[in-house]
This record gives sequence, C-alpha cells and structure tokens, in this order.
Amino acid sequence: MDIWDLTVRFFSMTDANVRYVVAGSVLLGGIAGAFGTFAFLQRRSLIGDAIAHATLPGVGFAFLILGRKELHWLLLGAAISGWAGALAIDAITRHSRLKLDAALGIVLSAFFGLGIVILTYIQKTGAGAQSGLDKFLFGQAAAIGRQDVIVLAVIGAIMVTVLLSLFAKLKIMTFDAGFAASAGLNTGLLQFVLTTMLVVTVTVGLQAVGVVLMAAILIIPAAAARQWTDNLKIMLVLSALFGMISGVTGAYISFLKPHFPTGPWIVVSASLIFIFSIMFATKRGIVVRLVRQLKNRRKMTEDHVLKVLFKAGMDSRNWRALYPPLHISQLWSFGAAELKRGLKRLVSRGELEKEGGMYRLTENGVSSGARVTRLHRLWEVYLERHLELPPDHLHRDAEEMEHIITPEVEKRLEEMLGHPVLDPHHQEIPYFDKAKS
Amino acid sequence: MTDNRNNAAPIEVHDLTVAYRKKPVLWDIDFSLPEGQLIGMVGPNGAGKSTLIKAIMGLLPLSSGFIKIYGKPLEIQRELVGYVPQRESVDWDFPTDALDVVTMGRYGKLSLFGRPSKEDKEIAMDALEKVGLADFAKRQISQLSGGQQQRVFLARALAQDAVIYLMDEPFAGVDAATEKAIIELLGELKNKGKTLLVVHHDLNTVAEYFDWVMLLNLRLIKLGPVQEIFNNENLRTTYGGKLNLLSEMAEKIGKMP
Repeated sequence: MDIWDLTVRFFSMTDANVRYVVAGSVLLGGIAGAFGTFAFLQRRSLIGDAIAHATLPGVGFAFLILGRKELHWLLLGAAISGWAGALAIDAITRHSRLKLDAALGIVLSAFFGLGIVILTYIQKTGAGAQSGLDKFLFGQAAAIGRQDVIVLAVIGAIMVTVLLSLFAKLKIMTFDAGFAASAGLNTGLLQFVLTTMLVVTVTVGLQAVGVVLMAAILIIPAAAARQWTDNLKIMLVLSALFGMISGVTGAYISFLKPHFPTGPWIVVSASLIFIFSIMFATKRGIVVRLVRQLKNRRKMTEDHVLKVLFKAGMDSRNWRALYPPLHISQLWSFGAAELKRGLKRLVSRGELEKEGGMYRLTENGVSSGARVTRLHRLWEVYLERHLELPPDHLHRDAEEMEHIITPEVEKRLEEMLGHPVLDPHHQEIPYFDKAKS
Repeated sequence: MTDNRNNAAPIEVHDLTVAYRKKPVLWDIDFSLPEGQLIGMVGPNGAGKSTLIKAIMGLLPLSSGFIKIYGKPLEIQRELVGYVPQRESVDWDFPTDALDVVTMGRYGKLSLFGRPSKEDKEIAMDALEKVGLADFAKRQISQLSGGQQQRVFLARALAQDAVIYLMDEPFAGVDAATEKAIIELLGELKNKGKTLLVVHHDLNTVAEYFDWVMLLNLRLIKLGPVQEIFNNENLRTTYGGKLNLLSEMAEKIGKMP
C-alpha cells in the first residue's frame, strides 16, 4: 500500500485496530499534556523525567512475576517503582547535603540501569524474546489494543475528576505552597495528589512515548500552551490539546512505518507545535513582537514627518505650504525609502495631501503635528522642573517620550505643570489644536 | 471568634528552638505579644526573622517548645492568623491574575472539595480596593510592579479576615509612596484591634512605624515598647559582636556527625 492508502485507512478509522491506536494516543497525549502542566509550573518537570526512568524496573519485575505481558499489571509495576523513585529523590535531598540535580541524576540513572539489566535478562529467556518490553524505551503506539484503551480511559476519567474537584487547591499549592500550608490546607495530601498525578501521567505515557523521552511530553506541550495564555484553565486545556495532536501524529507516522518507534515522533511533533507557539503566540510570540516593533518604527517616522512639517510652518503660522520630499528629508535625517513609505501612509490616513509631487499638512495633520511637538516640549519642561536636568540634557529623552505619551498622561502632565507656554528652550508649546477639538 | 480569644495573649511562644539540619537557627525563644499592637521585628541578616514567622505559622518542624494562639494550639486557631510571605517566595510568572491570587486568601475557609463562592470573590475584590488595586483585578500578575505585587499579597492577607497578621518584609522592594500606603493600612488594622508582627529592615523608620519592637538575633534580645527598648545599647547587642560565641556554637552543632 502506498502512503495515501495508509493515510486514508488511518484517518477513516474503519479498521478497529487503528481506532484503538488513535484513541489510545489521544488519551495518552491528552493526559500527559494536561497534567504535565502542574509539573511544569511547579518546576518539577525533570523530577517527572527521573520518575519516568524509574518506572522501568517495575515493568520488568511485573513481567517476571506475571510471566506474560498484560498492560495494566505492567503499568501497576511501573507506577510502584516510579513512586519509589520519587520517594528516593525526596529522601536524598532531605537527609543528605546533596542538591536536587545530583539526586535526580542518581535516581534516574540507577533505576534506569537496573531496568535495563532486568529487561536484558528477560530478552534472553525464551518467553521474553517476543515480549516487546523494549518498546517501553521509545514507545510503540501501534501496540495499543482494546484492553489498553479501556484502562487508559478509566485512569483518565479518574484523573480528570480529581483535577476538577481539587482544582482551586492544586492551583494555590502550585503557586504558593507556603501560604497554602499557613492557611490550614492539607498540603501533605495535596502534594501527594500532585506527585501521584505525575507518577500516573508518566506511567500511562510509557506505551506511546517511552521512558527515555518522557520529559519532553511533560514539558513541551505545557511550555507551548504557556505562550498563548495567562489563564491556568485555558493553559491546561491547550496543553492537553497539544499533547493529543502530538500523540496522534506519532501514532500516524508509526502506522505508516511500523518499524519507527512512536516516542521520538511524538516529541518531534510537540516540538514543532512549540516552535510555532514561540514564534506566533498572540502575546509573547516573537513574530508578534517583531510586528509590534515594526509598527513602532513606522509610527515614529510618521510622527517625525508631522512634527518637522508643523515646526517648519510655526514661524509664518502657515502650515499649509507645499514641500517637495527632498526638502522634508533634509528637515530630519530620514532614509529615502522610509520617508517615501511614511508619506504614502500619511496621505492615505488623511494627514497629508499630495499635489504635483509635493506634500502639505491637512488640518488633521496640523493637529497631529502640534500634538507631537507639544508632547515633546511638555516632557522637556517636566524633566527640567522635576529632575532638574540642564536644558542640553532634555532633548533625547523627549525624543522618545513624544511617541508613547498617552492622552491620559498628557492631561496629567499639563495639569501638573500648569499648562506651560514655553519649553526650556523658550519655544512655544502649541495648544491651539486642543481648543478646536 | 470571640470565644477563641479569651484573655490569653494573641501569640505566646514558649521555649522555642528551631534547627535546620541540626544547626539551631533560633534558640530558646520565649515571649508573649500584646494584643492590638503594631510590632516590628528587626535583626541582622540570618538572625532567624523569617524562620520565627514560619515557625509561628506552623510551616517548620520545631526542635522544642510550643506556640499558642490566644491560649490554644495553632491547629485549631489557624483562621485567626493571616500571613504575608516574602514576595520573592513565589514565581510571579504563574498564569493567573491579581484577583485570583487575592481570592486564595479565602481558601483556608473552604472544605477539601470546596470552591470559592461569589461572596469570597466579593471579599477579595474589597481587599484589592483597600490596597488601591481595584483597577488591576484582572491584570496578569507578572505585569504588576514589585510594589503592586507586594500589595496583592497584602490584599490576600486582608481577604483572610484574620485577627493576627504575620508579615515577612512587606516593605521589601516597594517605593516610598507604596511604603506609606502600606503603613497606613497596617495602622488601620491595628485600630480595629488586630495584632501585627512585621519583619522590618530599615532601622530609621522603626520608631515612626511601630508601637513595639522585637530585637532578634538567633535568640530574643529584647521585646517591648519602642520608646523603652529601641536604644543604641540594645541595637549593639542585636547587631554587634557579643553573639559570636552563640553563632560559633551553632555552627559546631550543625557540623557534628
């Protein structure tokens, strides 16, 4: 079958096995994404990574005891040894002088080493050869069956119920554990719930993501979600959604190429979502910031054109004279292209008129030019009076402020300074445009 | 609430010793605070000021001694005590807004599965208004200035509606105007009969701000009305070298196998 046929088969989900794989990876990705958020905000993501590695011996022991591969028993074993790892980290940091990073390194590598030893032993025995336990290292979503989906759905439902009923408490615990304890909240219990959530999250993620890359699915969807919102609830939902998308993508690719492990593909697609979020997120995104910077630069050019034309007409009180672009560019050190685009924008906004290749201010343009000039000079007065700066130190600061002072600040400045008529350089501060409006 | 308050002192600390990895950071602390006073706590860095606050709030294991709130153990009196931790103790990039943080002041009164009610939100909004941040209720907390963040913490304590307040450096990193606003607020609380214990760093303003002062350096040096005990001699004892032996011994105990 070619890729197209496989794709159709995967997304039409007519095949029951495909349905289980998709449902399983959606559940896994969603749970990991949502609950990874708490670890992310508590800065415990790497503890999650250590716990994930610590689950491996549990998987091996469970298989040894059981003698066959049944997912829920293996996951139970994983959860128990994951919890043991979490307790070991806690014990090391509490009772020795070792710091958290050392404790994480020790627990992660010691448990993982032990796990590999057990898995290798199992592989050598007859029954273990086909056990597929090595799939737990990098994940294999294709192995998810009906039974597994049911187990995952039950676990997911329990976790969501706990989350909904304890949301407010878990939030304060994550934000300010000291205050939560001081207010009489049972912080021991809440921390137990959070750690259990972390253990369960990495345990259910094992089959799809695998032990080795678990940290990624705990951190990356949450970090991506954080770029889009300042609201914890929305962040949880987004992070779950990103986890689901990554899970399905991983499952899809390993469906196309069955010998590929799923985990790395889940992580790669989560990373793509993360990169997209960092670039394009509405508030924090890099692209948004660049656009804002560009807008600022444009506004500054426009303000400067209006200001120089206004000042040029100040002496004769005639603001409607026509100026050729060359003349304007000499009034201020504009770049040629920058000025050309700026003039075009000002014409289309109705602040300038174009006549025979020359430009002049419209009435709106005169008002705007007067305002920029006024803000500049008011700020100079403010600096001189309140910061007691000498007159030759004022211009540069005012040059920046004239673009960002809001009408509210303008009003406060005028009132505070008592509507001054002259700036520190004895130039007139124009107010006439205000009388008109 | 009145039945909980009897005639006992708001806070009684008896023979308290707190150790960190066996190294004592507070020795044999013993005092009772008077009711309805604004009490400043001063002492050099590492004197154990925050530790004492946390110990009273039950956030640290005690090596010895006990603490009573109006004559009863803290566990049954928690609702009477409000707490303002150091501003740096939390991550202000947490995804939430000012009103939400202040509402957390109400959580101590909720059951395990309870959620803040509409009334809780109103109380929180009132508290924000009292600290002059009503317009910032929906502002993401990372976008608040240091002084505003400090006031959010104060508002959260106000929302707790306590009778005793323990505050860990509420003036740290705030500008002069905010400091003035905060001290006025503390004065109002005092006038309502509340007892306030406030960690403070600026010795110049102790006499102006506080009724009583607690001088602390590993042990309690002095506690009393500012005009009686806030003098050079006691400050020398608090900040000076006389305690070297005590600190040395503390180091030694900490290093014992």
